[in-house]
Amino acid sequence: MSTTETPAAGVGPVEGAPLFDVDNPAPLIEAPRKRTKKTPRSTRGNFEMAAWLFMRLSGVVLVVLVLGHLLIQLVLDGGVSKIGFAFVAGRWASPFWQVWDLLMLWLAMLHGANGLRTIINDYAERANTRLWLKGLLYTATVFTILLGSLVIFTFDPNIR
Amino acid sequence: MATPVLDKVEAEAAASDHLITVTFRIRRFNPEVSADAVWEDFQLEIDPKERVLDGLHKIKWDIDGTLTFRRSCAHGICGSDAMRINGKNRLACKTLIKDINPAKPITVEPIKGLTVLKDLVVDMDPFFQAYRDVMPFLITKDTNEPTRERLQSAEDRERFDDTTKCILCAACTSSCPVFWNDGQYFGPAAIVNAHRFIFDSRDEAGEQRLEILNDRDGVWRCRTTFNCTDACPRGIEVTKAIQEVKRALITRRF
Ligand code: HEM
Ligand code: SF4
Ligand code: FES
Repeated sequence: MSTTETPAAGVGPVEGAPLFDVDNPAPLIEAPRKRTKKTPRSTRGNFEMAAWLFMRLSGVVLVVLVLGHLLIQLVLDGGVSKIGFAFVAGRWASPFWQVWDLLMLWLAMLHGANGLRTIINDYAERANTRLWLKGLLYTATVFTILLGSLVIFTFDPNIR
Repeated sequence: MATPVLDKVEAEAAASDHLITVTFRIRRFNPEVSADAVWEDFQLEIDPKERVLDGLHKIKWDIDGTLTFRRSCAHGICGSDAMRINGKNRLACKTLIKDINPAKPITVEPIKGLTVLKDLVVDMDPFFQAYRDVMPFLITKDTNEPTRERLQSAEDRERFDDTTKCILCAACTSSCPVFWNDGQYFGPAAIVNAHRFIFDSRDEAGEQRLEILNDRDGVWRCRTTFNCTDACPRGIEVTKAIQEVKRALITRRF
């Protein structure tokens, strides 16, 4: 007998040299974006709270604005077939519908953009991916809001 | 000494009448052997009134000693054996086999959102880091010396009673889809344990804890999915506690 060592209970003889040890641990699949002692502390004040409140408040207003909008555009008075330049021009002649559409534009865009910001925060793991996706999102949002507002304010029913 | 042996054999024959055959389908992972996790089936003769933990013991003790999982108290108090059983986070020591349809294979997986180290054992460090970050201890401004009892009315104690029951098993945090996608979110368990002190009339650092949870990765990431409330083995109304922290943040500022 070359060795008098008895193997630990329940463990049979192990063949060959072990592949991994303390200095060379086996690879693991790390969970995404782990919380560590160094996890960045944000200094954004109450922004997240404001965003959370805005989602709920704008949602309540959007129920009226969007459902009303869909009803008028798609259901009443012959549905979509009535929509044309004249129909839009007729509605935007009244400040009431101008304000309605402007409010709906701003609220839906900011609500939708903030919702997508949430989704980017959920799914994009790397800081760089987040930066680019959010940059794209904010650019598209600002562009759409400004273009929409411009059209509502400068709409000219007499253009040819 | 001879008779008990015979008695034992007869008793065992009679006792085996109510045993049923159950398949345990366990998610096995050993990074030293393979980079992939695989399902492995084990057939057991077991009393359906036994718990899933007893089944895991039978496997580890009688069939395959390499099966790795955490457990300590075996009675729902230490919080070490939260696992995903039939797709739902539960404590193996509080789940009776008869309650989870033993006619079909019982699947057992590690809890999600934390790095799997081996079989059912996950790295709990990020979970406890979030817990530490909410300062889960009594803080008083001037009288730190415990010179006398800190009195509290029954109503004041009742205010945070629900959240004192947490055993830090991580069933809630690892059931939360927001946490699955982004492990920097504090997660329900940390918020529950912050709630336990924020609403304690003896504690004086509620404002500080609220500020911590007002963070980008704090309570506002909660999407009221209610997975945490469903998962909690202590029956804590986790989602409600999170909403109460949100409300406290809003009302203290406006
Ligand atoms: C019709 C009335 C609407 C109501 C009542 C409403 C309400 C809400 C609420 C309360 C949230 C927050 C969910 C949470 O934090 O858990 C939300 C998220 C969101 N909303 Fe709206 N919303 C409405 C219309 C819209 C519209 C018109 C858009 C698109 C422009 C939109 C896009 C989104 C997106 C992208 C999210 C993020 C989804 C997520 O968090 O997973 N919503 N909505
Ligand atoms: S709140 Fe419930 S599920 Fe979450 S860690 Fe505490 S005991 Fe476990
Ligand atoms: S083993 Fe202690 S809670 Fe299950």
